[in-house]
Amino acid sequence: MSTTDVFGICAAVLIGLGLYGLIANPQPLRKLLAFNLMGNGIFLVCAVIARRGAAAGMNGDPVSQALLITAIVVAFAASALAVALMLRLFEETGACSLSSPDGRHTGRQPPAASEV
Amino acid sequence: MPSAAPTITPTAAGLLLAVAVLLPFIGVLFGFLLGGRKAQHVAWATIVFGIATVLAITRSLLTLRAAVVYHLGGWAPPLGIALRADGLSVCMMLVVAVVVAAVAVYAHADFDTPAGAREARGPLSFWLLLLAVWGSLNLIFVSGDVFTLYVALELLTFAGVPLVALDGRGETLRAALRYLLFALAGSMFYLLGAFLLYGVYGTLDIVLLATDIKAEPVTWAAAALMTAGLLAKTALFPLHLWLPPAHAGAPAAASALLSGLVIKGSWFLVLRLWLDVFPVTATPAAAQWLAAFGASAIIIGNCVALRQARLKLLIAYSTVAQIGYLFLMFPLVAALDASRLASGPVVTGGLLQVVSHATAKAAMFMAAGLIYATLGHDRIADLRGSARALPLTVTAFVLAGASLVGLPPSGGFVAKWLLLSGATATAQWWWMLAMLAGGLLTSAYVFIVMVRSLAPAPAGWTAKRRVSAYQQWAVMALAQCSFLLGFAVLLPIDIVQIGRTGAPP
Repeated sequence: MSTTDVFGICAAVLIGLGLYGLIANPQPLRKLLAFNLMGNGIFLVCAVIARRGAAAGMNGDPVSQALLITAIVVAFAASALAVALMLRLFEETGACSLSSPDGRHTGRQPPAASEV
Repeated sequence: MPSAAPTITPTAAGLLLAVAVLLPFIGVLFGFLLGGRKAQHVAWATIVFGIATVLAITRSLLTLRAAVVYHLGGWAPPLGIALRADGLSVCMMLVVAVVVAAVAVYAHADFDTPAGAREARGPLSFWLLLLAVWGSLNLIFVSGDVFTLYVALELLTFAGVPLVALDGRGETLRAALRYLLFALAGSMFYLLGAFLLYGVYGTLDIVLLATDIKAEPVTWAAAALMTAGLLAKTALFPLHLWLPPAHAGAPAAASALLSGLVIKGSWFLVLRLWLDVFPVTATPAAAQWLAAFGASAIIIGNCVALRQARLKLLIAYSTVAQIGYLFLMFPLVAALDASRLASGPVVTGGLLQVVSHATAKAAMFMAAGLIYATLGHDRIADLRGSARALPLTVTAFVLAGASLVGLPPSGGFVAKWLLLSGATATAQWWWMLAMLAGGLLTSAYVFIVMVRSLAPAPAGWTAKRRVSAYQQWAVMALAQCSFLLGFAVLLPIDIVQIGRTGAPP
């Protein structure tokens, strides 16, 4: 098994774990961390692609490395926005959860079921 | 470049595309620098120049009869990045310019910096985000590169999410956070698909990808990942859960932008990928799945909309249903292409549906905002008196509703007619049933709102607040755009088909 294969499998595991966390965790902060885990897996896929696609005599394909850096910056900005929203939500409501205190709009079922 | 097809050589007017993308962002930066009331003036100047740019692009598209292309920095793909505007992109840019201008007129009253204050958080954010939404949408429409499209999608998300939480209440912050998490998961899927495509084909340019792409497992995986990610951002059923609280909780002008325009960005990308990048992969069987979600969205979204007690939530669920129509075109196009028939009319129908929904839904949300301001609430059961107080607004609401239902001569009528003829031509009667049932359900809730608002007001009732006439006229103008769009079929040329890579010349 070559080095790129090992890294490819690591990437797949990270994406899987991140996706599971993003769906299964109810708390927004954990969802955000899971999103970052998944993102790191995807960036690793890109790095593996850079290594495999490298021309003879080069260490990596520069285009996919440039893409990778841009994607990391975008994901960082997204995380910052999400954290800012969570902090503001905590200031406003004293809690940081996606479900309303009265149980409405929980995201598990259409709000219509409880809208009277 | 020996491999350069005629569609990717730069054209003289190409620089206009870069201007159309950069201008709104330059406006955002200057608005930030100057702040306060000056940001509003910057926004207005940007809107005027932006509309002029879009009109100039339209003119050069019509004279060239081919796509307008620009290579950033003079670097040709695959190393460089191409901006490319064909008929589809130009139509979308035009409708976005119209809706942005109407929303700006409407928001001039709601998001004016209060007299005496030097700067207020809400208005400043609104005007800057309005320009940011516009710039990112233009980038999505003209970008010819899968990775640039990812960046544009993220820009659109970053501009759209704060619009939801403009008033800063806990409930809207929660809706914004849920929207952001859905959108981020969606963009990660999209990004993985884009990386896979790059890994196999070594290019990100849409035109070059379309010539190289082969039907093989990795392409299917990339297509599935990118489509799933974009569906989460477009809020197609069953990934629609974030949409109703986000769109219904935002201020009326922001809801109009979000529901009319922002979700169309990711839809446009699905269209671009399925028509131009993945024609070999997008088999009729795969397209059936996409439309099955669309049909479920139509039926379930409309049924849930009928059960809503508040007007803004009703309109938001109506958006969930109308998104479904946008995905019904895919199996029709795939089946027509498979049997070598012209799929052009169905694509035109799908685009007309987007244009009429963008204008009609923006008009409906703004009408609901005016009704809310006048009555002090938006409970559908208590709308009586609103037609007497706001005759123009309620008429606009009903005209926009008629376009959603698909009554002639509205844009919705022509769109559904073209889609229905496509379904007849390919013998896919089940999609016709979904469209017709959706039209009936839509007419039911438009009718309920109309009847309730026509009832006379209780004795001694007075309006909570007088709304300005120009706001009502902005709503009316958008509703008329949607209602009279059907006359677009009388135009001498089919602008949608100009410069499409897959289309016959």
